[in-house]
Amino acid sequence: MVETVPTATNSPNVQLHQVGKPLIRTDAPNKAYGNTLYAGDLTMPGMLYAKVFRADRPSALIVKVDTARARALEGVRCVLTAWDLPDRLVVTDIPGQTGGKTKNTAQPILAKERVRFFNEPIALIAADSEEIAASARDLIEVEYAPFPGVFDRAEALTAGAPLVDGDANVVAAYKIRKGDTERGFEEADLVIENSFRTQVQEQAFLEPEAGLAWMDDKNVLNIKVSTQVVEHFRAIADALGIPHNRVHIEAMYVGGGFGGKEGLTIEMMLALLAYNTRKPVRLILTREESFVNHGNRHPFTLHYRSGVKKDGRITAMEVRLIADSGAYSKLSPYVLLYATVGAPGPYKVDNLKVDSVVAATNNLSTCAFRGFGTMQACVAYEGQMDEIAKSLGLTPLEVRQKNFIHTGDRNATGQKIESAVWSEQCAIQALEALGERAKGNDVVKIGRGLACYQQSYGRIRWFKDSSEAWVGIEVDGTVIVRCAVTDIGAGQSSSLAQIAAEVLGVPMEKVVTYFGDCTLNPLAGTSSASRALYMTGNATKMAATKVRDNLLEWAGRHFQVPPDDLQLVEFRVTAISDPARSMPIDELARRCAADGVHRHHLAMFKAPTSEGLDPETGQGEVFPDFTYGAHACEVAVDTETGEVTVLKSVGAHDVGQSLNPQSVAGQIEGSALMGQGFALCEEIIQRNGVLVTPSFSEYLIPTSEDVPETKAIILESRSGLGPFGSKGMGEPAFAPVAASIANAVADAIGVRIFELPITSEKVINALARKASGQVKMH
Amino acid sequence: METSKAIKLKVNGKQLELLAAPNSTLLEILRNNGHVEVKCGCEKGDCGACAVILDGEAVDSCLTLAWIADGSEVQTVKGIGTEATPHPLQTAFIEEGSVQCGYCIPGIIVAAKVLLDENPDPTDSDIRVALSGNLCRCTGYTRIFSAIHKAAQVMREGAQKNG
Repeated sequence: MVETVPTATNSPNVQLHQVGKPLIRTDAPNKAYGNTLYAGDLTMPGMLYAKVFRADRPSALIVKVDTARARALEGVRCVLTAWDLPDRLVVTDIPGQTGGKTKNTAQPILAKERVRFFNEPIALIAADSEEIAASARDLIEVEYAPFPGVFDRAEALTAGAPLVDGDANVVAAYKIRKGDTERGFEEADLVIENSFRTQVQEQAFLEPEAGLAWMDDKNVLNIKVSTQVVEHFRAIADALGIPHNRVHIEAMYVGGGFGGKEGLTIEMMLALLAYNTRKPVRLILTREESFVNHGNRHPFTLHYRSGVKKDGRITAMEVRLIADSGAYSKLSPYVLLYATVGAPGPYKVDNLKVDSVVAATNNLSTCAFRGFGTMQACVAYEGQMDEIAKSLGLTPLEVRQKNFIHTGDRNATGQKIESAVWSEQCAIQALEALGERAKGNDVVKIGRGLACYQQSYGRIRWFKDSSEAWVGIEVDGTVIVRCAVTDIGAGQSSSLAQIAAEVLGVPMEKVVTYFGDCTLNPLAGTSSASRALYMTGNATKMAATKVRDNLLEWAGRHFQVPPDDLQLVEFRVTAISDPARSMPIDELARRCAADGVHRHHLAMFKAPTSEGLDPETGQGEVFPDFTYGAHACEVAVDTETGEVTVLKSVGAHDVGQSLNPQSVAGQIEGSALMGQGFALCEEIIQRNGVLVTPSFSEYLIPTSEDVPETKAIILESRSGLGPFGSKGMGEPAFAPVAASIANAVADAIGVRIFELPITSEKVINALARKASGQVKMH
Repeated sequence: METSKAIKLKVNGKQLELLAAPNSTLLEILRNNGHVEVKCGCEKGDCGACAVILDGEAVDSCLTLAWIADGSEVQTVKGIGTEATPHPLQTAFIEEGSVQCGYCIPGIIVAAKVLLDENPDPTDSDIRVALSGNLCRCTGYTRIFSAIHKAAQVMREGAQKNG
């Protein structure tokens, strides 16, 4: 069932000994033995237990919060409301960045005058036990007054709609003006116009938000927490009014993030309680709290109008996007930017017009989630491609081949694509891997779908992203990597160990990566935006290379050979010209130490930067680079029940260079199922802002019984900006999955469902529409 | 509320007497007594992260009242195998790359252990059914399935050798 096919590279420029091998990840054994401690597993003597009191409605005025009875309960140590906080706003503009903020993303830590979304936090409680904290929560009383809310993103943008915050519900808007769309549509032989809708998706990481905070004997506020971003220490220090160097965040191994632990989750709550009580405080959210606590995936309305020639070539494209940010903007401006830039997909569209807007509503917050706006666009642009193909009598592959962007072309914002674009190879290989088509019958219809994509890796250029890492070699030949990257389950720390092992010629088990600590490790930025390996991997490689250079300089003198005649492999330094001149690496390190040779180095890797987009044309450089690939699948649709079963699911991606093929395949396989959930069953449903799918009983994610035959195909162009030519992979693997399934369903039943998720009900309705002739047939 | 009482539990071979309130779950008393290898993911039996083996059966410890478990034998992932004496399932999970964030793994290894105890040569479909109560969000399960097949094979070969 599991098959990984590494494909020949176009430039075998380095001989790799450890990189590119399916080595056992450093974190795997202890996780399999049950030894790994996650944030919620920690305790401290005298620890208090925290609970959060939340609003029971999505929009209201707060007349009064009465905490007197809760405070009076025996064993309650602290109850905080907005009135107790020195500065009630928290600014989390760009998590993990040192640069200035560019958008107004301030939001209250606790609601004060107004409630703006369902279950918005109003009070924090710390008590001697979990039970007492829960009882105290039940004793808090809030008097509300009605305040109108708005729950539809289009309605929120109309004149007279209730304002969620400030003087407008427009959180952000962008436009792209490229070429001449009017002329492009005139040249078109056919114009295809469709509207697509995508839903709110929950990250559904298995580990709910958890953490432990305490003040230590240096008056430092320590927070051990499940997070993707340790750099939140700055926002916490600023909100508490204490210096940045007195907040120490340590990220434990994270039980899944997918973007849901990129923004502040519970760190601020823990910080406030620990700071006010001067006692250790632990907070673990329930699953139901987790669902409302972090921002979910933005729902989008995507309107596409595409002009094409008879041969399938796109002559013009007009796109309108509307997204819903929920009550507070969080990362919404950036999610919208990703969708806007990604609107035409991996295709060369010279005449392009995009208008996008994200609206504030009183729905649950939306924020970062794997794919970050780009994958929603993919559902639409790939749906358009198949509709175009169908209208012109071309195959899905043919119409894409006519339009793929290539290396050297300029994308939607005029940025020249410098790295390899292997969309076509990936698409062909993914389709081929589907093999023989399953046989359908009168009731069960078989369909196939293809989707290609363009997904950035690395953060927006004007964030001026950087990563630091420190690498040192001990006198016993063991290696230390220090890098504050968070490890959210994709093997982030293990990959750094593998890189250091490769450069320094030691076995991977001789390397320890110290990760996720904002004070004791060099800051490395977030594990988000498919940037962790790209950024921290480069920093680690740079640091390790400098250590290597220092060691080889000494060895060159010692062996009387030039340093470039020396290699470090299999725990030895050896002269290539005379293998007799050789010593083990521990001896080399020891003798270098004795001679005062520097055996460690701190390196900084800086991503390419730009100064932003032209606001009128949307032209400029937005991202460092892009990953390209394809997903293909085969589905069976039961036309009586409407049930869709994914039979085969194949991801083929040019990952540049796979550091660990097993881990890369793991990203592709995991994406296949998560994308399947988005396509077919997952939907956060809110009725007038009230969550009606609050747990895994109502919000259904795919289980072991839904797993199709899954295949990961890895292509390696070695053209990426990451270490050894790698490209980012965490999000790209996910980007095209849902689109390919939607396309497969359309192929199976001959009618497209434009709104995800494709539930049985929608399939039945679509078939009924088709039968009654309400569907426009091409 | 009725007062707590001491209940007897044999956890991973060790006899324990633990104080439990009438509404305490097995999950709570295990975690409160150091067995944090048993993970909490939903507290309502949806996710399987808290699965343990209770008298030979895989159960969600969040749905099992502690008092009902009085006198029982409990095995967690740590009782199934350790670094010094790994169970073939653990070895296979490590080698096959079946572990990503790892939060679901203690529960999944428990479910897989019970499956292999009852069925040494499971089909794909047997494995899917056995794991249907265990959610994993990272891996897409494919490497978990292959690890279980591999462990089953290793165990069958071991049994043959010993038999």
